[in-house]
Amino acid sequence: MASFDVIVLGGGPAGYICAIRSAQLGMSTAVVEQEKLGGVCVNIGCIPTKALLHSAYIAGLLKESKEFGVEASGVKTDYGVAMKRSRRVSDQNSKGVEFLMKKHKITVVKGTGVVQPGKKVKVGSDVYEAKKAVVIATGSRVKGIPQIGLEINKTTVISSDDALLLERVPESLAIIGAGAVGMEFADIFHAFGVKITLIEALPRILPIEDAEASDTLAKSYRKRGIDVIAGAKVTKAAVGKDKVTLDIEAGGEKKQVTAAAVLMAAGRAVNTENIGLKECGIQLTDRGFIKVDQNLQTTAPGYYAIGDVAGPPMLAHKGFREGSVVAEIIAGQKPHAIKYDNVPSVTYCHPEVASIGLTEDQCKEKKLDYVAGRFPFSANGRARGTGETEGFVKILRDKKYGEILGAHIVGAHASEMIHELAVARENEYTVEEIDLAIHAHPTMSEAIGEAALDSLGRVLHI
Amino acid sequence: MATKVHMEALSPTMEEGRLVKWTKHEGDAVKSGDTLAEVETDKAIMELVARADGQLIKVVVPEGSTVPVGNVVAWIGKPGEKVDGDGAIAPARPGNEKRETGNVASQTAPAPKPTPAAVPQPSPARQAPPAAPADATRVKASPLARRIAKESGVDLKLVTGSGPGGRVVKRDVESAPAREATAVTTSATTFPVSRVPSPARTGAAFEDVPLTQIRKTIAKRLAASIGPVPHFFLTTEIDMERAAEAREALNKQLGEEGGKISFNDIIIKAVALALVRHRACNAWFQEDHIRYWNEVHIGMAVAIEDGLITPVIRNADVKSLSEIGAEARDLAGKARSRRLKPEEYTGSTFSVSNLGMFDIDQFTAVINPPEAGIVAIGTIVPKAVPDGDRVSVRKRLRVTMSCDHRVIDGATGAAFLKTLKQMLENPLAMLL
Repeated sequence: MASFDVIVLGGGPAGYICAIRSAQLGMSTAVVEQEKLGGVCVNIGCIPTKALLHSAYIAGLLKESKEFGVEASGVKTDYGVAMKRSRRVSDQNSKGVEFLMKKHKITVVKGTGVVQPGKKVKVGSDVYEAKKAVVIATGSRVKGIPQIGLEINKTTVISSDDALLLERVPESLAIIGAGAVGMEFADIFHAFGVKITLIEALPRILPIEDAEASDTLAKSYRKRGIDVIAGAKVTKAAVGKDKVTLDIEAGGEKKQVTAAAVLMAAGRAVNTENIGLKECGIQLTDRGFIKVDQNLQTTAPGYYAIGDVAGPPMLAHKGFREGSVVAEIIAGQKPHAIKYDNVPSVTYCHPEVASIGLTEDQCKEKKLDYVAGRFPFSANGRARGTGETEGFVKILRDKKYGEILGAHIVGAHASEMIHELAVARENEYTVEEIDLAIHAHPTMSEAIGEAALDSLGRVLHI
Repeated sequence: MATKVHMEALSPTMEEGRLVKWTKHEGDAVKSGDTLAEVETDKAIMELVARADGQLIKVVVPEGSTVPVGNVVAWIGKPGEKVDGDGAIAPARPGNEKRETGNVASQTAPAPKPTPAAVPQPSPARQAPPAAPADATRVKASPLARRIAKESGVDLKLVTGSGPGGRVVKRDVESAPAREATAVTTSATTFPVSRVPSPARTGAAFEDVPLTQIRKTIAKRLAASIGPVPHFFLTTEIDMERAAEAREALNKQLGEEGGKISFNDIIIKAVALALVRHRACNAWFQEDHIRYWNEVHIGMAVAIEDGLITPVIRNADVKSLSEIGAEARDLAGKARSRRLKPEEYTGSTFSVSNLGMFDIDQFTAVINPPEAGIVAIGTIVPKAVPDGDRVSVRKRLRVTMSCDHRVIDGATGAAFLKTLKQMLENPLAMLL
C-alpha cells in the first residue's frame, strides 16, 4: 500500500494549493482527481467565463467604437469561436496545474477517491494511506430545481457547465438566479445577441452585494435591453422540446416568460455523497457542508475539509487560502487565522462589482455608527477618458475610529481595485491611511482615495 | 500555587503608580518584606515589597508603565513554576517571556539577568525596560488599534499582540482593560519625566512630555497657592571680570565697523547655551503636558513707551555674538517704533529681562507664560570681594531667575543658574 504524508481529495483550487504548500513544507503528497486538474475554477468556472466575458467586452466595445473615432463595420459575433478560445485558455491553465504538481513532486492519482477509516483513501481498487492527514476538497457542482420541473437536461434546461460548451447560442435565454454566475452569463450571452430574461428570487439582483451596487447593475442591464425581474418566484415550468415556458410571480403580478432555453444559475450543491464520509465519522452541517473546527479539521481527527465542501463563501480564493493554511496546520505550524469577513467578492460582469466587508444594510442591521463615503466614476478623469463612467466607489467608515467596515466598487476594473481595500482591512488601516497613500493621477483608483475622503467630509473632486 | 504581586496603594490618595524600576528580576529569590520595585506615586517614589517567599517567577509590567492600584504587576512562586495566566494585564511583549523548563534550566544556567549595560538604549531620552528586547519602546500596532487604544485609554505597551509578529490588532485592544487615568498619557512611557530630558538635538523642534503624577500634584497645589503661575526665585551673583575683558577684546577686534557687542548680547548667548544643557528649563507648561523645547528662542524684554514687549531671538544658541547683537538692536528698534511683526515677538522658549542700564542691583521678573522661566539681569557694579587672602574690586552682576514651579524645581533651576554663572565667569566655556 502506497503511503503519503498528506492525501488530498480533489484537484481544484483548494486541493491543488493544499498539495503545493504541503510539498513545500517537506511532506510527501498525493492528489486524487477524477477529472482535469484545476477543478471547476480552471475548467468550467472562473477561467473560461473570464475568457468569454472578454469576448463580450470586445463586442460591446466595437458597438460604441464609432464615438471614439474608430468605425468597425460588419462586426459579427460567433459564440462557437469564443467558446473554443475559452477552452484553450482553460486547457492551458489545467496543464499549468499539472506542471505545478510535477514541479513539487506531487503524485496525481486519476480516479474517484473514497475516504476510509484509518486515514486511508481508496481509488478504484487501490488503497493509499495518509501518515499525517487526509484533506477533503471535493468541491461543488451545479444544481437544478427539480421541484418545479427544472431538471437540467443539457438542451433546453442547461447549467453553466453546458453554457460553457455551446457551439451556438440560443435565440433567447431565461437565466434563473442573478448572483455572480447569472450576472456574468447574462452579460456574455447578451453580447452575443441573445435575448435575455434575468430572474432573481430575492428582492434585488446581486443579492449579497450592497443595494447601491444592485441598483446600478439593474439600471445598466435594463439600459442595454436585458430584462431584469427581481423578487420573482418561478411557480411552474413547462419544458418543451425547443422552448421552456416559465410561470412567474413578481410583485403580486403573474406573468409568463418563454425562452428557447433556461440557464440554471441558482446555487450549487457540494460534493459530499459517495466519498465515505459517514463511514469515517465525518459529520455534515445542517446546510450540508462538511462540519469543520477552526483548524478546518472535520469531526474525524486527521481528516480535514477545505474549499466549497467546508462551507461558504464558495469562492476559489477562499479555497486557495484554506488549502495553504491547512497544509501549515498539518505540518505543525500555527498559521495566521483566516479572516472570513475579509474575503473579497467579485462579479466580472460589465460594469464589474467588487466588495469586501459589510454592506450598508448590514451596518444598519448591526446598528453600527457608520458614515458612507461615495465617489462616482463620472467624476473621475481616467474613467471619462475611457468612457467607463458607470459606477462608483463606496466606503463605509466606522464613525468613531475610522475603521473600514465595508467597501464596494462598481465599475470597470473593480475586480483589480478592491485589493487596496483588502490590504487596508487586513492590516486595520483606517480611511485616513487610505487617504495618506498617494494615488496616481489619472487612475480609476483615485476614486478610492476620494471615497475615503468623502467619508471624512473632505471629498475634493465633487 | 504562585502568588500575585499587586500594585498597592502606597499613599492615601494614590490611584495608580508608575513602575520606575524593578529591584528584583525574574529568577531572583525573594523573601517576604524584600523590596521588589520602586513605584512613583502621586507624592513620591515608594517601595513595593514582597508579601510572599519564593522566586520572582514573572514580571508582568515593564519599567516605565503606569498601573492602576490593584492590578497584578508580577508573580512570586516556586522556581520553575508556570503562571496559569497573565493576571489582569498581559505581559509586556511575547519576546520577553523566558521559557523556563523546570530544574534543567535553573541548574544549567540561571535565568538571564538583565544588565543595564547590555541593553542598547535607543536614545538617551528613552529608557528600555531591562528585561525587554532593545526595541521594547516601539509598539507594533495597527493604525486602528492605536486609535482605539488612544480613545479608550489602553496602554498599548501592556497589550500582547496577536497579529503577525506580535502586532497589536483591534481585538487585542478591545479585550484589554481600559485605564481611564492614562487616557491622556498614552505616550508617557516613551520617556520618563522623572529625570531631566536629554538635551540631545533630535531634529524635532520640541518634545511633548505628559505630566507625571508628582508633576500633576505640584502643578495643582502650587497654582492654588499663589496664582496661576507659581513663581519662585533664585538669585546668584556672577563675577563679570572676564566677560568684560572678553567683550573689550572682541570689540577691539571688530574695530570701528559694525556694532559693538554688549553685555546683553553676551548674557543672551550664555543663557541660550545654558538652556541647551538644561532642557528642563527650556519648556512650556501646557496644562496636561510639558513641552520641552529642543530649539532655543530667547525672548528679550524691551521697555516701550506704554509697556513692554519681548521680541524673540530665534535659535540664539547657534548664533554668533555679533549676530545676536545685530538682531537684538534691530528688534529693539522695531519694538520701540512699534514695527514688530507678530512672528518677531511670539514663540520664545525662555526670556531675559535686563534692567542693568537703569542701575537696578537686582529684581525679580514675571514669567511670560507658557514659558517656565525668565532671568532678571541687574546692573554690573564694582564690588569688593575676597580674592584668596586679600580683597579685590571686581565687576559683579546679580542675576535672579524666576521659575514656574510646575515645571522647574529648585534644584533644576539652581543647576541651570550654575551653568550660566560658569559660562559668564569663563566666557571661553561658551566655545565648548
